[in-house]
Amino acid sequence: MNPRRKKRLFIIAASISFLGAATGLMLYGLSQNIDLFYTPSEILQGKDLGNGKIGAKPQIGQRLRIGGMVVEGSVVRSEHNLDVSFRLTDTGPEVTVKYTGILPDLFREGQGIVAQGILISADTIEATEVLAKHDEEYMPPELAEKMKGIKHVKPEY
Amino acid sequence: MWKWLHPYAKAETTYKLCYRLLPYFSWLAVITLVSGSIWGLFYAPSDYQQGDSFRIIYFHVPTAIWSMGAYTSMAICGLIGIVWQIRNAELAVYAIAPVGAAFTFLALISGAIWGKPMWGAWWVWDARLTSELILLFLYLGVIALYNSFEDKRTAARASSILAIVGVINVPIIHYSVEWWNTLHQGASITKLDKPSISPDMLWPLLLNISGFLFVLAALVCLRLANQILINDARRPWVKAMVSEKTNKAEQSKNKATLADKE
Repeated sequence: MNPRRKKRLFIIAASISFLGAATGLMLYGLSQNIDLFYTPSEILQGKDLGNGKIGAKPQIGQRLRIGGMVVEGSVVRSEHNLDVSFRLTDTGPEVTVKYTGILPDLFREGQGIVAQGILISADTIEATEVLAKHDEEYMPPELAEKMKGIKHVKPEY
Repeated sequence: MWKWLHPYAKAETTYKLCYRLLPYFSWLAVITLVSGSIWGLFYAPSDYQQGDSFRIIYFHVPTAIWSMGAYTSMAICGLIGIVWQIRNAELAVYAIAPVGAAFTFLALISGAIWGKPMWGAWWVWDARLTSELILLFLYLGVIALYNSFEDKRTAARASSILAIVGVINVPIIHYSVEWWNTLHQGASITKLDKPSISPDMLWPLLLNISGFLFVLAALVCLRLANQILINDARRPWVKAMVSEKTNKAEQSKNKATLADKE
């Protein structure tokens, strides 16, 4: 390679690695803010940042999103209106979500859910929006029943 | 070692290569897309969670994968153009940009159409969606930058630099679902582990992924050939080619008029 090309290649490689490092540090600094949601254990115990450090817990009155699995048997619907409440969990701790409105099609017990709302007490959220999260697994229903023992039918409450 | 590549630095050779490859890419695209789509949309089983709505995967995933693939190849072309000062590589940057932008746009739109029934929202500002939107803006930036210079040499250099710098976004898009909590699902097939999608759903998806790659390749060939032609419009080889074609056309016209007279 002649020296001029080598110089150009070096300049580009250097600027790319410099920009890459800058972006990496920026994203690392923002890492907690880029997360779309808190998990229930992060709300109750704070985010585990690794090597024994624990992030700040959200404060009461804060607008936030929570993501977790709907606890089986925790869905309670009102008989008179669209009020519904359910509990979300990830690895143990549970947070109660209260919501008024129509739930998405994928909403089921055991399903991953992301809810947006206001933290009204240490473990209760008044949600304004409930979104369903699905995982990266795709399979026919018969296979799912065989492999996971789950029968996904639209539940009737 | 790289000797075989050298002829393609010449505009004429690359122009001819583009037109030689174009029919192959087009036919492969038609065959794979038609078979993949029919298989995926009608014969693949429905999903245990999402039912039939998951079938938009056969459109969403290929466009999303190649929106990133096109960007990476655009950045590589930019790098070659800047370091080795090869004109064809610079033209390739501008040839790829609008096609890649279209793929990104289609990925975003099909994602929104999928998101509404499944998640319950058209758009969420999560890391995957946001970084893909930034990719669209990068493409539009490259196109806009190229068109904002009168001198096409400067234009190509400026847009190449933007293309190279923006490549940092590609790994961010890919790993966004692993690094952060997102509403978007994690990777189903582009991971080292075995794919978490059952084989009878996976095969049509792979067909469509290769199909969209051929669409991308065919469109880029066509655009690159046109860019070369526009750029070299006053060069002898283009003039020779055009006069050859007009001669042939006139000859056949003469023959036709002769036949008419008889």
